[in-house]
Amino acid sequence: MAANFPMQEQVQGGIGATEPGHDHAHHDEHHEQSFLQKYVFSTDHKMIAKQFLITGIFWAIVGGTLSSLFRLQLGWPEATLEWLKPFLGKWIEAGKLNPEFYLALVTMHGTIMVFFVLTAGLSGTFSNFLIPLQIGARDMASGFMNMLSYWFFFVSSVIMFASLFIETGPAAAGWTIYPPLSALPQAIPGSGAGQTLWLVSLALFIVSQLLGGVNYITTVINLRTQGMSMSKLPLTIWAFFLTAVLGLLSFPVLFSAALLLIFDRSFGTSFFLSDIYIAGQALPNTGGSPILFQHLFWFLGHPEVYIVILPAMGMVSEILATNSRKPIFGYRAMIGSLLGISLLSFVVWAHHMFVTGMNPFLGSVFMFLTLIIAVPSAVKVFNWLATIWRGNLRFTTAMLFSIGFVSLFIAGGLTGIVLGNAALDIQLHNTYFVVAHFHLVMGSSAFFGLWAGVYHWFPKMFGRMMDEKLGYLHFWLTFIGVYLVFLPMHYVGIAGFPRRYYAWTGFDTFSQFADLNKFISVAAIVAFLGQFIFIFNFFWSIWRGRRATENPWNSNTLEWTTPVVPGHGNWPGDIPAVHRWPYDYSKPGAEQDFIPQTVPFSQTQSSNLPYEKEME
Amino acid sequence: MTTLSIILVLALLLVVFGLLFRLQILTSIFSGSSKRDVGVSNRVNAILFLVFLIVGGAWFAWSFVENFDKMNPPIASVHGLATDKMFWGSMTILGVAFVLTQVLLFWYSYRYQHNDNRRAFFFPHNNKIEIIWTLIPAIVMAALVFAGWKEWTRITGPAPKDAVVLEIMGKQFNWMVRYPGRDQKLGMVNYRLIDATNEFGFDLSDQNGIDDFTAGEIHVPKGHPVLLRIRSRDVLHSVYMPHFRVQMYAVPGMPTKFWFTPTKTTDEMRAQTGNPAFNYELACNQICGRGHFAMKMNIIVDEPDDYVAWFAKQESFSSQNPEVLASFKQKSNKLVEQAPVAPEAAAVATTPTAAKASL
Repeated sequence: MAANFPMQEQVQGGIGATEPGHDHAHHDEHHEQSFLQKYVFSTDHKMIAKQFLITGIFWAIVGGTLSSLFRLQLGWPEATLEWLKPFLGKWIEAGKLNPEFYLALVTMHGTIMVFFVLTAGLSGTFSNFLIPLQIGARDMASGFMNMLSYWFFFVSSVIMFASLFIETGPAAAGWTIYPPLSALPQAIPGSGAGQTLWLVSLALFIVSQLLGGVNYITTVINLRTQGMSMSKLPLTIWAFFLTAVLGLLSFPVLFSAALLLIFDRSFGTSFFLSDIYIAGQALPNTGGSPILFQHLFWFLGHPEVYIVILPAMGMVSEILATNSRKPIFGYRAMIGSLLGISLLSFVVWAHHMFVTGMNPFLGSVFMFLTLIIAVPSAVKVFNWLATIWRGNLRFTTAMLFSIGFVSLFIAGGLTGIVLGNAALDIQLHNTYFVVAHFHLVMGSSAFFGLWAGVYHWFPKMFGRMMDEKLGYLHFWLTFIGVYLVFLPMHYVGIAGFPRRYYAWTGFDTFSQFADLNKFISVAAIVAFLGQFIFIFNFFWSIWRGRRATENPWNSNTLEWTTPVVPGHGNWPGDIPAVHRWPYDYSKPGAEQDFIPQTVPFSQTQSSNLPYEKEME
Repeated sequence: MTTLSIILVLALLLVVFGLLFRLQILTSIFSGSSKRDVGVSNRVNAILFLVFLIVGGAWFAWSFVENFDKMNPPIASVHGLATDKMFWGSMTILGVAFVLTQVLLFWYSYRYQHNDNRRAFFFPHNNKIEIIWTLIPAIVMAALVFAGWKEWTRITGPAPKDAVVLEIMGKQFNWMVRYPGRDQKLGMVNYRLIDATNEFGFDLSDQNGIDDFTAGEIHVPKGHPVLLRIRSRDVLHSVYMPHFRVQMYAVPGMPTKFWFTPTKTTDEMRAQTGNPAFNYELACNQICGRGHFAMKMNIIVDEPDDYVAWFAKQESFSSQNPEVLASFKQKSNKLVEQAPVAPEAAAVATTPTAAKASL
């Protein structure tokens, strides 16, 4: 810490611009921050990023454990699970998993993975870490709001985690919490206190997202360093920026849905309830519509999958270019496709609802819009392929995960074209085909983006390198594991196996894949256990990893111009100015195979392209 | 015992793993390989990508062929034949795209692995290529959308007038079925009338409902359009009949519908699949609670003659439950007595809405 101290003093001078009268002769008063200020209630974007990351890792372990539990049930429906009794207690009844608890496991797995890991853990970590570093800012526009964003997320996490342990069990109506099931404790016990906690937790989560999102957007718009025009931004920043815009516009709609559901549950309103006879009683509610809830939910829910995948796309673009030693192919087309995807993501939500009884005409409209979104996605894939074509590829762990990302995104994305076709969705809706599709395209892909990001930016986060060999092992185990789990799952889905089934043994139609389900379960559990290699590598390397250099990957973007461990304020001296786009790799005529954004054209006369000559 | 051995094995594995890790770090420091920018492992990873492509591709092809028969539930409806054809047609196009892109991805990874003597090709963009590969997926998508849209409109269009009508109602945790009886009109129902006997909530003051009957399984005639009227009386359910490629949510408060034409009788399907115990099954496909996974009803597709015979044998709900019918009669009589002077009122009272209002 002492080593960082002088740097912080210098930095303070830079920050002083926003605190007039504070930057003179105060050097001696700047004490080392207390533990609480530095690690807990930190307003430094880098520390907040690490807080999001480590909380995200915690949640990923929880989410993965839940999935291993229900995969045990699905792989061996006849087996006794008595040995889980010390762990699950009363949810094991006479050696069998309680079917309602099974539904709770599925529900919480989805909720945790989608919101707490892949939204907060992914964009919370990397938007926070990279936006100021890559645009050349001292910190976020509002460090305090940023801190609040994490702490709202933390409180939301505590509530969600607590709900796992309450007597009636956690929420169990699916992560989509469709009413009336989620509104009526008579229908399933998880819809009692568990669902209440779920809704409260999600409401706080949304507050956290909005605080974070406003900050990201403001920072990207206002705090870019000199020369950093929007057309010189790394694609990561474009992705984080658009992700924040999506979140800001769609999360409030989920909030309204949650609020109305709270009203229906607690205050006797009928927004989503009508004509219900349950537990020997006709309920007084009339006139509500469960379909209305689905519209509200998916108005967030669909942009949400892009909120999850866009940051991964941005980071993968960056990592592929850096490690191919080649500019990203079609930089403007990449931005254009990000914009296209963001815009279209708002008008495709009802493709989740083709067979809900929604007017079929509406189904046609949403089918058209949905299949259009495949075009910008395809463009991105082609551009990634063109980026590695004739590159000079260095397989760092991050690079491996980025290539894995592209592979999984293709595999999962293509089946979306089938599911977006309303006529085909009739048969496939809510089957394992859907489960396989989204686990590949937004689940595994986004996870791969997350890992790629962690391996790539770990040196800047902690000043040390993660172990490469363990990284390779982690990658290959996970990559193979993911395919072994989700490719066969398509077969199960095409055969019509419904999702969220405790067992398929009651149906002759669904009797043929007992072996395949066992196989999927084994692959899933092994792949999950493989993640502990990563966790070990991560924590080991924080303290014991090889020391990193300032720019270990020979990358062009601004974060690599900071010290090995950037202090508060990021750059010890002035913030560097930017002269060029971030993808000048292997430029003909240049001495090295990379030219950082901070190098002016006047210093690279041998490699300047004709139109760059004017800028010398 | 098993638990203990599993824990022991895991613990041993951890130890072995830890030792290997130490060893690896020590050797890499000793050999100095950890300093090199691009080493042997780059080549190993490049080769592994190629191996992954070949072995993985072979495994995928093998497992796909191996499971193909099992993954196609036999089709027994007119539109199901069309959508299945479209499904495998789309999958073929997507399969080509899948193979092409994956081969390129892994081949490039292998082919363009780091080489000290080579420099990457500076190729930032090319508008022509980008326009081409924007247009191609756009055209393919347009074709797929158009085919899908035509089929979707046909499937969800109005049912033929002569369709056989029946009602499926979902409840936790089973399905209930109601047929309109001889008059081909389903009578009024009201969820407030539901009790242990009147599980559908029959409103028998509606004359259309007098001959309605319920059944323990669904019978439909082969070769004849069938219109399912679908509702739920508690939470969401989804009527899912995989063999007929039929699916529609059952929504409380919002009746839905789906029509289809079965093409094979249960007996024909038993012969075709070689399974004498074969049955068409109706499953619930929207999470609905504890018994979601067991919400099943069998569907029997009869020859039209057998269907008519079966239909004729059914006894209406009202004749099976005379006391329910009697209680409705009593109520509507009361209403008539209360307003003897106004003949219009008595006439109105026999209409379903008025009868409902009196409850």
